[in-house]
Amino acid sequence: MLWGSNARETHPIFFHHVLQGIHNGAKLVTVDPRRTSSAAWADAWLGLDVGTDIALSNTLAREIIHAGLVDQEFVRRGTSGFEEYARSVEPWTLERGELVTGVPRAAIRDFAHALGSTDRVQICWTLGITEHHNAVDNVLALINLGLLTGHVGRYACGLNPLRGQNNVQGGGDMGAIPNKLAGFQDLGDAVARGRFEQRWSCTIAPERGYFLTEMFDAMEHGTFRAAYVIGENPASSEADAQRAERLLQGLDFLLVQDLFFTRTAQLAHVVLPAAAAWCESEGTVTNSERRVQRVRKALEPPAGARDDMWIVQELARRLGYEWPFGSAPREMAENAWDELRALSPMHAGMSYARLDSEGGLRWPCKDEHDPGATFLHGRLWERDPALRGRPAPFSVLQHEPPVDALDADFPLRLTTGRRLSDYNTGVQSGGFNSPLRVGECVELSPEDATALDLREGDLARVSSRRGAVTAPVRIDDGLRPGLAFMTFHFPDEVNVNRLTIDAWDPKSGTAEFKATAVRVEKLVRADVVGLAEARA
Amino acid sequence: MTHAVPIAPPRRLVELEIDGQKVKTREGSTLLETLRAHGQDQPTLCHIENLTPVNVCRVCVVEVEGARTLVPSCSRKAEPGMKVKTDSERVRHSRKLVFELLASSVDLSLVDARTRGFMAKYGVDPERFGPRAQPAAANQRDAAKPGHHHHPQPGLAATVAQPVKVDNDLYVRDYSRCILCYKCVEACGEDAQNTFAIAVAGRGFDARISTEANVPLTDSACVYCGNCIGVCPTGALMFKSEHDLRARGEWHESRQTVTRTVCPYCGVGCNLELHVQDNRIVKATSPLDHDVTRGHLCIKGRFGWEHVQPAARPARETDSTEKEPQP
Repeated sequence: MLWGSNARETHPIFFHHVLQGIHNGAKLVTVDPRRTSSAAWADAWLGLDVGTDIALSNTLAREIIHAGLVDQEFVRRGTSGFEEYARSVEPWTLERGELVTGVPRAAIRDFAHALGSTDRVQICWTLGITEHHNAVDNVLALINLGLLTGHVGRYACGLNPLRGQNNVQGGGDMGAIPNKLAGFQDLGDAVARGRFEQRWSCTIAPERGYFLTEMFDAMEHGTFRAAYVIGENPASSEADAQRAERLLQGLDFLLVQDLFFTRTAQLAHVVLPAAAAWCESEGTVTNSERRVQRVRKALEPPAGARDDMWIVQELARRLGYEWPFGSAPREMAENAWDELRALSPMHAGMSYARLDSEGGLRWPCKDEHDPGATFLHGRLWERDPALRGRPAPFSVLQHEPPVDALDADFPLRLTTGRRLSDYNTGVQSGGFNSPLRVGECVELSPEDATALDLREGDLARVSSRRGAVTAPVRIDDGLRPGLAFMTFHFPDEVNVNRLTIDAWDPKSGTAEFKATAVRVEKLVRADVVGLAEARA
Repeated sequence: MTHAVPIAPPRRLVELEIDGQKVKTREGSTLLETLRAHGQDQPTLCHIENLTPVNVCRVCVVEVEGARTLVPSCSRKAEPGMKVKTDSERVRHSRKLVFELLASSVDLSLVDARTRGFMAKYGVDPERFGPRAQPAAANQRDAAKPGHHHHPQPGLAATVAQPVKVDNDLYVRDYSRCILCYKCVEACGEDAQNTFAIAVAGRGFDARISTEANVPLTDSACVYCGNCIGVCPTGALMFKSEHDLRARGEWHESRQTVTRTVCPYCGVGCNLELHVQDNRIVKATSPLDHDVTRGHLCIKGRFGWEHVQPAARPARETDSTEKEPQP
């Protein structure tokens, strides 16, 4: 199951494995507002309205419960809160589900029965689940389905967030989360914190830090006055880009460390040119399957650009701290990694020698003899309660529509995403000349295009409550009436994040990139001429 | 782990005879795998570990006692009691002739050293069919219709020579080098990419790899994953970067390093092998033996490295126009 994921284009090699499964007889179901190129391979496509994921999950759950397809043994042994959860989904009849999500009831029913009666299901998702104001609840909604049907903690089953960046998992592993230390150890856990304090001969504040979105709010309130940005381009990538740019501009001090002179770097007081971590430096990254793999230095960085780690270590030195990692890239990376292994039990068995010879290892990997884990949460199936540990809780979840409501002025739902040959704000993918690249455009359903008197290639103005952009129109028959799609790959030409809303999820700090209320208007000839003059 | 992980049942060993020697191999192994496991490499052109064998090139054929024809070792499974000959007169003769027919009609100058070694071993002499016929004009071979009959030009060796197809900035198709091994078709199709942008068109000597209706790549279903380049054994499909360097006489494999790293894009963790010459990436391949990629990549992994090249990142002197921090 791919829910809110167009893996065919965003995770193409993962999708090769999916295709292998399909050729071997596996079934694929996609849940996505758009009928994507992944959906083209699916046995069923559930085209839900943007932001109705919890409603769909609750409806599926009610149907699974009523059809007697709950994995009773697993629910009894490995979970908690089932009764309350079952009561909470009871109002979600197929009829109500259809009304709220837009998915035909028969399709919801069939999917529920397939989920409940299939031995092994992988529940995979991407940003279609997490870029919402209730992102964590959306994930919990998928977890509920996994728990209900026992599709967790078993080989070839489970809940898989497909990571969007080569080391977004690794960033989490290393503790780049406001309330975690390396290895997902709680910052509030005095024992864990003590190990780090002892190793680093310092005191670590037990209070959690800010999510990125909270940092911007703190900038707004004047309590966050300096930022050190490494390898990120928030001036283009943040929702409500005009606000992000204004806040970054207002900082007392902005330090940017990047490969490129990005939009954010242009706002900085100091820019430190960095080496490309993936090919001019040494280290590790962690992929979506928790596999830690080595990145290696294939190139010398351009003159003046330095290894990220060298820069951080040098900053520390000039602030009066001598770090013990050395200066040659490989030596520095391995020494820092070995320090991590000493502090993070889940990485303890992953020596560089093993990572090199075994093609990467998946955590947890406790010691040098541990082959690593192919899947997590197997403990939930243990007969012995002591081994089973804390049961996995069901979550009672309420459907909440997107924050940016549709009305007569902004009647279309805009959702954003990636295309195959482009990537994020184009800083990396803009470097090669892809024949597939079409530039930014606003994709509309054939019905909406007709109603708006727009043809393929016409210029249109797309406006939201925060800003407006101009883009050519493309017509995509994978879009249902009322739904529009844009990427965010070409911010220098069309900054789509001027439209998006920075309403964010208090639990994860993720902004609601996926649901913007917009109006699309045809640009008349006078507008187009004016636009050309403005550009010239 | 509380639940058993399903694995295949244990495989028995089967015993067979190869060139008079008794050997054991795992049940289900092909003859090629068995031979390689025993240190006896065989020539192959259409075989690669990450694709299903299509048995078309016939250079890996061996003689199996009792079999009417020679069998392709890349796909024939080892059977108990089989008697296999890899170096009989019949095998040598057949392999030599296949190589001669290919080398007389196709430009094999970019095949790997291993294949060149086999060609030397079998005394391949592609010149014996006479001088080569004139190359075809651009698109001439693509226009051939089934049922056309060609009158051979007496004394000349027919060839597939034709101009290189360059219709995009990422890779070129030089069908003068194409032996029709089908690997690109398989990689584009069910074995990996499942895009089905190319197939074999035409019959007989007119057979060729073609996009649908012979449109340029840019009008075809191609998604530029380059997995066809990754499996091509003759250099018919080539990175534009490599093609251009070769054309300028600046391609120097002896000056290249190959470093394995991880792709900088999505979270799948595809392994890349960066081929670097004079501190520039000249192409990216993917290791066959890594279970994430099995040799395959997408457009971003295969071609998305220009952003670290000198043109995209000029060396930067310290900028003296820094803004002063606000007090």
